Amino acid sequence: MAVTLTVNGRRRTIPAAPETPLLYILRNDLELNAAKFGCGMAQCGACTVLVDGKPVRSCVTPALAVVDTKVTTLEGLGSAGKLHPLQKAFIDEQAAQCGYCIAGMLMSAKALLDETPHPSEAKIRQALAGNLCRCGTHNRIVRAIQRAAKEMSP
Amino acid sequence: MSAGKSQGITRRRFLEQAAALTVGFTLAPLARGFAQAPSPLPGSLQKNRMLDGWLRINTDGTVTAFTGKVEIGQGIVTALAQIVGDELEVDLARIEMVSGDTSRTPDEGVTSGSRSIEESGSALRFACAEARGILLETAAAKLGAQVSSLRVEDGVVLAPGGARATYWELTTEAMLKREATAKTKPKPVSEHRFIGKSVPRRDIPAKVTGGAAYVHDMRLPGMLFGRVVRPPSPRARLVSVDERAAKSMPGVVAIARDGSFLAVAAEREEQAIAAAGALRKSAKWQQVATLPPAGRKLFDHLRRQPAQDSTVSEKNDAAAPAVKTLEATFTRPFQAHAAIGPSCAVAQWQDGKLHVWSHTQGVFPLRGELAKALKMPAADVTVTHREGSGCYGHNGADDVALDAALCARATGSRPVKLQWMRDDEFRWEPYGSAMLINLRAGLDAQGNVVEFRNELWSHTHSTRPGESDGTNLLAAWYLKDAQRPGSARNIPQPAGGGDRNAIPLYVFPRQRVINHLLPEMPVRVSALRTLGAYANVFAIESFMDELAAAAGVDPVEFRLRHLSDPRAKAVIEAVAAKAGWRPRQPGDGRRGRGIAFAKYKNLAAYVAVIAEVEVDRATGAIHVPRAFAAADAGLIINPDGLINQIEGGIIQSTSWTLREAISYDTTRVLTRSWADYPILRMTEVPSVDVSLINRPEERPVGAGESSQGPTVAAIANAVANATGRRLRDLPFTAERVKAAQT
Repeated sequence: MAVTLTVNGRRRTIPAAPETPLLYILRNDLELNAAKFGCGMAQCGACTVLVDGKPVRSCVTPALAVVDTKVTTLEGLGSAGKLHPLQKAFIDEQAAQCGYCIAGMLMSAKALLDETPHPSEAKIRQALAGNLCRCGTHNRIVRAIQRAAKEMSP
Repeated sequence: MSAGKSQGITRRRFLEQAAALTVGFTLAPLARGFAQAPSPLPGSLQKNRMLDGWLRINTDGTVTAFTGKVEIGQGIVTALAQIVGDELEVDLARIEMVSGDTSRTPDEGVTSGSRSIEESGSALRFACAEARGILLETAAAKLGAQVSSLRVEDGVVLAPGGARATYWELTTEAMLKREATAKTKPKPVSEHRFIGKSVPRRDIPAKVTGGAAYVHDMRLPGMLFGRVVRPPSPRARLVSVDERAAKSMPGVVAIARDGSFLAVAAEREEQAIAAAGALRKSAKWQQVATLPPAGRKLFDHLRRQPAQDSTVSEKNDAAAPAVKTLEATFTRPFQAHAAIGPSCAVAQWQDGKLHVWSHTQGVFPLRGELAKALKMPAADVTVTHREGSGCYGHNGADDVALDAALCARATGSRPVKLQWMRDDEFRWEPYGSAMLINLRAGLDAQGNVVEFRNELWSHTHSTRPGESDGTNLLAAWYLKDAQRPGSARNIPQPAGGGDRNAIPLYVFPRQRVINHLLPEMPVRVSALRTLGAYANVFAIESFMDELAAAAGVDPVEFRLRHLSDPRAKAVIEAVAAKAGWRPRQPGDGRRGRGIAFAKYKNLAAYVAVIAEVEVDRATGAIHVPRAFAAADAGLIINPDGLINQIEGGIIQSTSWTLREAISYDTTRVLTRSWADYPILRMTEVPSVDVSLINRPEERPVGAGESSQGPTVAAIANAVANATGRRLRDLPFTAERVKAAQT
């Protein structure tokens, strides 16, 4: 059994059952750390990745459902050496405490800014309402997204 | 190991260096037997007295600092690096921080109670100051100069006339192999370069780029994935299970069963989850109804339970007679840590020795507890800290370490990464204890509080590993040869456990505080951020507003009138000024404001909070749009880090206050997912405005738990201000708000 996926621009064939949740393939086969297991029920958003630019919960998305799509994870946005403006803004705003939710937050934010380059604060909050944060870093996350929005399209 | 890549390289580099220098740095608390009691040393130096246990100056131009405290999202490792940088006078980029590893770092117990800055920070501060002194003496001899004439720039010692020597040349293997004296004075505030600055956190870049930041991200060669099959209810016993069917499922390598402990290891994570599901389906359990009554009945029940009573504070100063007496009762339900990521650990057995990677708050206590549970010598167990999700106190981190160890024991020497599922976390983590607090106070004719009594009922707030006569790891209670959890004990005053912040900081001439510790724990409880302080401050600070109203005095004025500590007064005045507090301003039926204050543990940070609320009287929904805080944590090490902790504490406390309670029936915990345990979302959290008061002359204290108590009471007071109705039972659900209106 194998499944072929396009993740962060690379085509990869993975020896997994096609119904395997995308999250485990990303984390364990492709060794991409960003998307996290939080609930396995699409309730918390920690596993958010982009599928053809739209945010999806990879914990409940079977690999089979994304074979002909482009999957983007946080690693696909930028790296420590070459930060995406969103990543840079999260560092500049120190928008993390434990940080476990942050990759999901960043991917939801990416989807939002791709669609709405200058969202209002209310719109940002709405777009991220499905991403839970427990440390109370919400307001910093909003500020980081506002900062990135300015940076990306002044 | 491909995961923990940066960590792996760091470790390897460390080992190479260690080999090259043949430095056997000293982890033993005492290097030799003492004929008499050792002289007192600051912070954790007291128990870890050798300088080279804290610090190594490497020949390659780097410094390695060791701390027994661990990063739990609070930024401690960065703050400690700032201290090291300042005392040694080296740039932060040269400093490698090694934290929480039983094979490498000092034993500093548990990272909890907002004590790390005081304990580890003080130790590193004095150890580094002393090390710098030793380096300067060595340099003076080498350069033929007076120590007092030398200065240091980023590890380069400069003598008048241009002669120079670097730390990296001066360092020797023996140099720091000595006991600390703490006689070298740390730098004055005026010479700090890093302390007091908002230095960016070291851990954040990896967290925003998909680096290997968490134990969840570890990958070891040959690693399997594990899942545990917990019983359906506490104290249930496993009668039978079809292991064979699960064993034949794809990828399954081993089923670990010991008594009522059941786990599975598989090649792939989804295979482990599927096999755990199959085991769960075929398992037959014998359940017992052991849980207490739920809802309001819980509190009548708690009051009737056998208790260990203690008088925590008693004062009988002369005072005018009371002319008016008030009494009120406050309750708090069982509440969860509810980290976003379920607990996880990696365990590997090799030649009878166990290595565990864990997001525990205490690597040494966990090592001891694992050894107890597995009946092996502690010396054969290594525990290495890796970050986890959240923390907020004693959650499933330690328990999952034993789960992983038991699971890995069934696989030979293949390592196992075992993560709990969402419902494992919600149903099995130890909760913050429910509490019942009865307050009574008397006002004299001038409207001053002359007598005050706090009587509280609570389970213990700490059942951590390493603390007790039993084994405080979940799986140990379900083994064939079952071990018992430790017996309940209260953390003694002045910090307190259930009675943390039960003694008001206000000056009340006649005062009595009685703690009824309930030793039977049908619901599993332990430390949730602030322990008893959240509920005690809720009760006392709500009651202060009730007393102020009875005395006809503005709440700010009423508090100031009863305080003698100028730092306490200062935070209250600062937050009132910042928020534009208008004395005795009534709410408008919908909107209101409230203030509350506490000095955490009565010995750490001072925080005052003003909360604004909007109450929808039709639906009963409370929204907290905005909160202000003023905080005094002594000398501030990292202002932005401090603000982050205060902000986070306020938001988390707002969520506890408005939403959170664990639900259960007579047998089972019913809270399984976020649908059963809603927390505040991005659209619902307050904006937070934090003012800091820096006190460079005061000792630095932690603040991670300082804002939660004031926040709940400020919200309660704001609701009372808005609607004229006081809420005394947590959480402030829409139903309760509506009921209070009628």
